[in-house]
Amino acid sequence: MTEAPRRTALDALHRALGATMTDFAGWDMPLRYGSERDEHVAVRTRAGLFDLSHMGEITLTGPQAGRALDFALVGNLSALAVGRARYTMICDAAGGILDDLIVYRLADEEFMVVANASNAQVVLDALTERAAGFETAVRDDRENYALLAIQGPESPGILKSLTDADLDGLKYYAGLPGTVAGVPALIARTGYTGEDGFELFVAPADAEKLWQALTDAGADAGLVPCGLSCRDTLRLEAGMPLYGHELTTATTPFDAGLGRVVKFDKEGDFVGREALTAAAERTAAKAPRKLVGLIAEGRRVPRAGFQVVADGQVVGEVTSGAPSPTLAKPIAIAYVDAAHAEPGTQGVAVDIRGTHEPYEVVALPFYKRRR
Amino acid sequence: MSNPQQLRYSKEHEWLSAVEDGVATVGITEFAANALGDVVFAQLPAVGDTVTAGESCGELESTKSVSDLYSPVTGEVVAANQDVVDDPALVNSAPFEGGWLFKVKITDEPEDLMSADEYTAFAG
Repeated sequence: MTEAPRRTALDALHRALGATMTDFAGWDMPLRYGSERDEHVAVRTRAGLFDLSHMGEITLTGPQAGRALDFALVGNLSALAVGRARYTMICDAAGGILDDLIVYRLADEEFMVVANASNAQVVLDALTERAAGFETAVRDDRENYALLAIQGPESPGILKSLTDADLDGLKYYAGLPGTVAGVPALIARTGYTGEDGFELFVAPADAEKLWQALTDAGADAGLVPCGLSCRDTLRLEAGMPLYGHELTTATTPFDAGLGRVVKFDKEGDFVGREALTAAAERTAAKAPRKLVGLIAEGRRVPRAGFQVVADGQVVGEVTSGAPSPTLAKPIAIAYVDAAHAEPGTQGVAVDIRGTHEPYEVVALPFYKRRR
Repeated sequence: MSNPQQLRYSKEHEWLSAVEDGVATVGITEFAANALGDVVFAQLPAVGDTVTAGESCGELESTKSVSDLYSPVTGEVVAANQDVVDDPALVNSAPFEGGWLFKVKITDEPEDLMSADEYTAFAG
């Protein structure tokens, strides 16, 4: 791509903070501000502040917005209560995953779909096409939102000091409109870190003011700005899939072990139903490769694309890998043949540049917060 | 960041200390350490290994990637920094001091090693 990278509303602030920037899906985003390990630990133990404005917001309005989403996505979105959110996916006719999404029901006739930056255009195009026969309007809202996330055990306390919104009544995967630091915001209790936390959708013009207010309010609690590098290790420890790694168009939700997001019992047809029915039967009859966790016995780090081996044979492939700050060991998510996918399976290794490094097979996630 | 005046520097972002009795210390620069991010694993050459200027002699693994470690000179390794093997974060916290990587008895050195000022201009 030769196009200049896009910059978020917080770009000048990131540079003033000395962030190391990286290109991510055509956006110039903060990779880290200082040590990514320290940022990771801050989110696990205190709080971290992220700019996620690269995420793609698409709004559907109208009397049939819910039904249009039921047809376009694999989930049962018309059954979603106002103020709640759902993790779901959009598939192609062959059942391949086009993206994983969070859908918020903002009102009876208003839904906001949040897509990954790398897939936002594909999702927008697919939704526009699939919604054509319904009484609904699909609106590209990517330019209308900045997205800040505050994540970590201290985040409820920090946010509470800046808003009158009922955070105690706001459940995980719920969202409500409110005001934070004088800024109108959609406050959602969602995240991608395995910790408690909030995502705040605001007008780009308000983003700097909100970032500054959160930074000031969180100073005593140890809140730090966090980049995408620690976001990746946080989600990896939490066993959360990342599009382009665990999820691809060559993968159905059933292959990824996420068949529960496909709601066959909803009313009406949906794109991919036939192929997904077949995929459900195929994977139930004979599991192909399974998504598992791997923990290193040594210190060399597995990376996406590295082969998983056992008895001298290739039995799988790493989809994500990184040094885990919480476990203090390298970890990976990998697709592994069912015969070697049971937790505790002996003799599994990852081929790291020609050396077979021994790995322990574990169930995901690697990390689960105490509630 | 400032690059110490008494060191010389390679285009692969290694530094080389002043030579004493034919032996010099090798590390990576602060610029390189910052570019890598948190170093989590260091595979250093072993004592007795022969290293060649400009060739890979080990690897440094960080959160995001693995990078080859190049030797700025040719010679025999006479020490490797076990502290860095035990605590690779030293490469980030003290790249020019406690985070040194190995010592080498030099048999040959390239002519294109840079001064601190030249390296600062090179690394931008």
